[in-house]
Amino acid sequence: MAQLKMSKKATSIDMTAMCDVAFLLLTFFILTATAKVPEPISVDTPSSTVKTKLPEEGLITITVGKGKENIFFDIKGRDLREKALELMGAEYKVPFTDKEKKQFALMESFGVPIESLSTIINMKSSDRNKAGLQPGIPFDSINHQLKDWIYKTRQANIELNGSDAKELNYAIKGDAKLEYPKIRKIMDILQDQDINTFDLVTGLRGKDY
Amino acid sequence: MAELNTGDGGGKKGSGKVRSKKQNSKVDLTAMVDLAFLLITFFMLTTSLSKPQSMNLGLPDKNDTLQKDKDIKVDQKRTMTIMLGADNKIKWFHGLLEAPEPNGKPTDAVYGKNGIRQEILKRVKSVAEYCAAKPNSKKGDGLIVIIKPTKKSNYKNLVDILDEMAICNVPTYAIVNDITPEEAKLVAVPKP
Repeated sequence: MAQLKMSKKATSIDMTAMCDVAFLLLTFFILTATAKVPEPISVDTPSSTVKTKLPEEGLITITVGKGKENIFFDIKGRDLREKALELMGAEYKVPFTDKEKKQFALMESFGVPIESLSTIINMKSSDRNKAGLQPGIPFDSINHQLKDWIYKTRQANIELNGSDAKELNYAIKGDAKLEYPKIRKIMDILQDQDINTFDLVTGLRGKDY
Repeated sequence: MAELNTGDGGGKKGSGKVRSKKQNSKVDLTAMVDLAFLLITFFMLTTSLSKPQSMNLGLPDKNDTLQKDKDIKVDQKRTMTIMLGADNKIKWFHGLLEAPEPNGKPTDAVYGKNGIRQEILKRVKSVAEYCAAKPNSKKGDGLIVIIKPTKKSNYKNLVDILDEMAICNVPTYAIVNDITPEEAKLVAVPKP
């Protein structure tokens, strides 16, 4: 009897090509990656068609949140951060240890008055960004720490790089729904220090909106 | 050597010939692919591919004592004032509010490509023609847009209008904060 033989299909597939592709993609992602920075407040920036990139070093970012007084401050550049903290500590007579300064250099943006900054520094990075923990930097006329932070960072920049230091860049990252007077206030603070050029952080969109 | 490979059926051969076992050239890559995709997923989720964009904004010096006392006079035939009101509303007019230019009476507009952009583009073109025809105009003269954000407008409105300036290639624009009572009346929300 002629027996019909089922052709036995191999159960294993050749994975070589798939493996190649997977690793190619993996390499691409590793090389293009910059770690996503956890933000203490989520800010929904407005979008624009302008495509200027922000610099990586020597940048001060002022994040303005939706809440009542949510001002966060961030400095890019480790040496600059360390020096700025040192100068701020001296100004407000809040001592910081060397370990705290080192830790601060590695941190991201913060939004606490300088008196309680060391508590934030000594926290674990996962605890730091809990919502509602950081009240924002005070910037009213009695206790204007935001102004001093900007001023001391500029001073730190000059002390680090000499008098011919490159001027810092300033970026304002505001929420799309923010009222205009609040953003105006931040611009005024910058302008009071003769900073007339700054960047507004935006998302990207096409021209047909 | 042959003993090391178990289950090769070597025992069947009676002869003492030592055969090197044919090694299977295929390695099972499934686990490796699994791992690779896991890592890809991890990197895709933890990274932000694009850096944030930014829009450069230069403002005039506030503390410039030389210019503080004198207002800069501009030709009203070249200006366009855009008032940013509450609830994403725009009012625009050409020239002076008391005596607007022809076709330049205060008008409502919306944001976006079919709204305010058309008006700005029209005005850019007509002012460029006007400046070219004028005898003593300098090179680079063109439309001057005065942006007046009211207290009720939000940050997004401002960025949107600045974006329109970039799209429409407006040569000169300024953000002005003093709003006259007449202008405030324009953008005021009528009480029901």
